[in-house]
Amino acid sequence: MSTAIAFQNITKKFGSRAVLSDLNLEIPRGKITFIVGKSGEGKSVTIKHIMGLLKPDVGRVIVEGQDITDFNHEQLRQYRKNFGMLFQQAALFDSLTVGQNVIFPLKEHSNMPLSAMLARVEETLTQVGLPNMQHRYPTDLSTGEKKRVGLARALVSKPAIILYDEPTTGMDPIVSEMIDDLIVQINKDIENITSVVISHDLKAALATAEYIVFLYKGKVALAGTPNDFKSTKDPIVRQFFSGKVEGPMEFL
Amino acid sequence: MSIIPGVDLLTTLVQKNYFVDGVTLIGRSVVQQFKSLGSFCLYIGEIIRQAFKPPVRWDLIFQQLEFVGNQSLSIIVLTGFFTGAVFALQIGGIFQIFRAESIMGAATAKALTREMAPLMTAFLLTGRAGSSMTAEIATMRVNEQVDAMEAMAVDPINYLVVPRVIACMCIIPMLCGIFIFIGIIGAYVTGVAVFDVDVGVFVDRIKWMVEPRDIANGLEKAFFFAMIISSIACRYGLKAYGGAKGVGQATTRSVVATLLVILLCDVFITFVQLRL
Repeated sequence: MSTAIAFQNITKKFGSRAVLSDLNLEIPRGKITFIVGKSGEGKSVTIKHIMGLLKPDVGRVIVEGQDITDFNHEQLRQYRKNFGMLFQQAALFDSLTVGQNVIFPLKEHSNMPLSAMLARVEETLTQVGLPNMQHRYPTDLSTGEKKRVGLARALVSKPAIILYDEPTTGMDPIVSEMIDDLIVQINKDIENITSVVISHDLKAALATAEYIVFLYKGKVALAGTPNDFKSTKDPIVRQFFSGKVEGPMEFL
Repeated sequence: MSIIPGVDLLTTLVQKNYFVDGVTLIGRSVVQQFKSLGSFCLYIGEIIRQAFKPPVRWDLIFQQLEFVGNQSLSIIVLTGFFTGAVFALQIGGIFQIFRAESIMGAATAKALTREMAPLMTAFLLTGRAGSSMTAEIATMRVNEQVDAMEAMAVDPINYLVVPRVIACMCIIPMLCGIFIFIGIIGAYVTGVAVFDVDVGVFVDRIKWMVEPRDIANGLEKAFFFAMIISSIACRYGLKAYGGAKGVGQATTRSVVATLLVILLCDVFITFVQLRL
């Protein structure tokens, strides 16, 4: 298993509270990795470290062999071009149409002719199941459609790593499954793409992930395949799986 | 009980650390203000750096020119007319006592060019355009759109702030010029209709009293106020947090801060202009 992203002894504090505490983590290349854990366990903080939006207090973040910990503003800007990110609320630009949203990263960073960009946009929108939607505005879309447009925007520049921040939170089971299927399909369609999904949804993680990392108290409590998780005897992980309040897991 | 009045109270305050706490609080507040000032200076530096960095976003600049300029035109014309008319009415009443109503138009024009037009234009634009800029960017911030921009390797200062600052710096001095012109028309209408001032005398006195330097000074002020309005509005937008309430708070704070900074800078600019 080759490593795409590695966290080495990462500690990150906000005030006196350590959200990540001596965290060591490896995310495999070309696979779908789910980072799961209860609220406030540092899942979003982890993803922000990967994007370089936060710097660790202690430790190193290595992405595709590059130590990004001390990257300056310009190096980070270049580095982020390799990423696609789907935000929790899709984060589409309200003033732009669907087409303008999806073409945005291409216009900013690509030297492609406009006709090729437009073709790529249509191709990507078709890939997420939304052909002929280019002229609609985000306010005219349902939550599921917004998510898929957000996904198209993340995919359009063919990134090496794609990050999903709670992609199915607040969605009905059918749309959630549709998004999960899309994540799997994208990983099949695009060779060697590394997908990192932040989620509370353990059912989806077991069904979709190839590798799961469970965070607890700022550390990795368990990392492994879905089968490792199904067969684990770890009481904290089992409590999280069962969704019971009673158990060894501490709630703040 | 102590023989010196107040010593007991002083001793209690020292023993209970009230003095230390008070000094600490003031100290922290001063340090915080300096930090904010330093951070704002860095932000202005970043705007200047990004303004000279390609690409030049002409489409966004023109959008903002239309929003700030075209959409504010009617309010500038209306306010300019009534400001000129009311000022002439007030000042004309006083000048009439000394039989000097013929210079009423000139006095109004002088006041408009040097002070009232840039200040009123800035106040109007703070309320109309500045607040809207803060609210728009703050909404983008709390809805993660600014984060999305950063995640797509696009600098929010380059994309959101620079076009707004450039557009304001181009269009607000023009709006100020329009305010002056319309204000003089307002004063003219009042002068002719109420004080029966001769048209030729009205214009002649303005030519005699208002120098090109007055107009230049007024437009200079408008230029600096434009920088203040746009940069503070965008800054508060980018720093917003906490949902709809956060957007509202950012907008209110932005307007209050902009108005205060404009008044403060007005004193400073006027002082410099009068000395030069």
